Amino acid sequence: MITLAGVSKIYDGLRVVDRLDLDIAAGSICVIVGPSGCGKSTTLRMVNALIAADEGRIIVNGQDVREADPASLRRGIGYVIQSAGLFPHWSIADNIATVPRLLGWPRDRIAARVAELIRLVGLDDGDMAQRRPHQLSGGQQQRVGVARALAADPPILLMDEPFGALDPVTRRALQDELIAIHRATAKTIVLVTHDMDEALKLGERIVVMEEGRIVQDGSPAAIATAPVNDLVRDFVGGEEAALRLLARGTVADVMRPPGATRQTATIEPGATLGVALARMVASGHGELGVRDEAGREIGVIALADLAPGRRP
Amino acid sequence: MMVVRNWILLLAALAATASLAAFGFLSYAPNRIVPGVARSLHEVAGDAVTVLAATALALALLCFLPQRRAVLLVAAAGLLMALGVLLFAAGHGATMLAATGVPAGRTSLGPAFWLALAAICLALIDTAEQAGLSALGRSLLIGAALAMLAGMAWSGLFDNLSLAREYHAHTDAFALEFRRHLTLVVLSAAISGAIGLPLGVMAFRDPRFGQRLFGVLGIVQTVPSIALFGLLIGPLSLLASTFPVLRQVGISGIGAAPALIALVLYSLLPLVRNTVAGLRSVPESVVEAASGSGMRAAQIMRQVMLPLALPVILSGFRIVVIQTIGLTVVAALIGAGGLGTFVFQGLGQNAIDLVLLGVIPTIVLALAGDVLFSLAAANLTQMP
Repeated sequence: MITLAGVSKIYDGLRVVDRLDLDIAAGSICVIVGPSGCGKSTTLRMVNALIAADEGRIIVNGQDVREADPASLRRGIGYVIQSAGLFPHWSIADNIATVPRLLGWPRDRIAARVAELIRLVGLDDGDMAQRRPHQLSGGQQQRVGVARALAADPPILLMDEPFGALDPVTRRALQDELIAIHRATAKTIVLVTHDMDEALKLGERIVVMEEGRIVQDGSPAAIATAPVNDLVRDFVGGEEAALRLLARGTVADVMRPPGATRQTATIEPGATLGVALARMVASGHGELGVRDEAGREIGVIALADLAPGRRP
Repeated sequence: MMVVRNWILLLAALAATASLAAFGFLSYAPNRIVPGVARSLHEVAGDAVTVLAATALALALLCFLPQRRAVLLVAAAGLLMALGVLLFAAGHGATMLAATGVPAGRTSLGPAFWLALAAICLALIDTAEQAGLSALGRSLLIGAALAMLAGMAWSGLFDNLSLAREYHAHTDAFALEFRRHLTLVVLSAAISGAIGLPLGVMAFRDPRFGQRLFGVLGIVQTVPSIALFGLLIGPLSLLASTFPVLRQVGISGIGAAPALIALVLYSLLPLVRNTVAGLRSVPESVVEAASGSGMRAAQIMRQVMLPLALPVILSGFRIVVIQTIGLTVVAALIGAGGLGTFVFQGLGQNAIDLVLLGVIPTIVLALAGDVLFSLAAANLTQMP
């Protein structure tokens, strides 16, 4: 879906992005992570031509970015930035309708699409559509930012530290929603962040960058358990990286069939593996019974099941 | 212990009271040539003395209270009332003097009136400032004062003041010059808008061009107005004599053409500066989002940047309009007409009332312009 081949960006003789090769498959969530100044945002902005690459080729959806009309190209790529960047003089509905209006959709189609998106990002209470951005909380504004990016149903979504300015509770809620939206829409998502927790939680594939180059590229489990150098090791939090990985996946993903005896300590199937570990620590039991809402034991999960290699 | 909490209001009340007690409120002359005889407020409007003294006392007492918003609003109301009484006393006194005097007799406003008026206006401005009035509140206050003045003038209360006599003697000329004045102001604002906005956008997009532009406009701004008007006479007369077509459309060394050019030149700096400041105030994230959504440069400017910069641009127009209303007075010197005509005629004839006939409408126009633009800007900022 997106291919970068030998792409460089040079500012004042300095290679901010240095001969980068990256191939991002359609329908995946790829997270580019790294310390500030590593070139991750520059890389993202070269994909939608907000910054022109100095070397190499970028192919988006089969089209060379350099040969495309930048405005038309960007209308086909959703773009979400850290501070949402909503247009303060427009209503929420008008903000979401930005790209469809640029594309000249008929009025009733735009209205229907806006209503659909407001529902998708969970803002469908009352008169939200007619409010102005300053009347919304930071989290709500970022939801609108995501809705605006999705409005014309682009196959690709670029997100530049989309949840960086939000408080931890709101951030977690929006991360969960992004996962849900990805499941529902199968967009190709490229997300840039400096937060390894976020990368490990959201990414199907994680690209760690340093000084304009890719230092490691792999699955979250690979990044967390087999960091290639000290930078990546520090970045994923050393030994504790294994704990961070527990934010991915739920009990239901790894549980085994129930045994003959009922467990004394229990857990819900929808809980994250992190919660399961916490329950084991708190209860002192190395094995938990997985109970559904009716209280039936539908499986068991043991400490060994939490090891990264055991997970799908 | 009594503590003075509002020195300005107290001093204003004292100054107004003292000047009304010490100086002539009106000045009566049997004709236009001989100097007038001073008449005190007490002589011409005895009842007003009581009301004004009571108001001054009440205002002075307010100065000892904690200056809460409510107290300040009461003070503003009191000052507004004092203003009304002062104006009424002037009109009423003149009517009385005319009734007892000869038909050619002339009543002008004396130093006590002007001093008291100045004290009241200063106190009113300060009180509005302290009360933290919004643009709407300020506009309402100025509007109320102007409405009071207009109402009294309309009812014929001031007809016996020599100022009104001058007006009645120049009714046609006044209407003509007032319209010319307005036309010059509106035309110059429109032209400087048509030039200044694009220049502002260019200066914003190319900071180096902006720097050079501001250098040039800054120099223009430092040239005294009368000198700039004079400077334009030479080149324009030359142009007009070289190309007779220009003379046919009304362009020559004197008159409206050089006046308009000078007024526009003066307007450009505040307008361009505010346009650039307004465009710079647009958050970068908003511009990035617009660009990332696939808007083209012109669409970003028209749909996002200019609307968001509009409040700051409007405040530039406000400065420009008020400044131009004042400068147009001077433009009368090079034959552009306008209210300045009366000012310079009056100065030449040593007829102060004729000068005032030009000056007072200028002030009223400037205040009205201020109110208009403040209201428009306040209306815009309510929907940020």
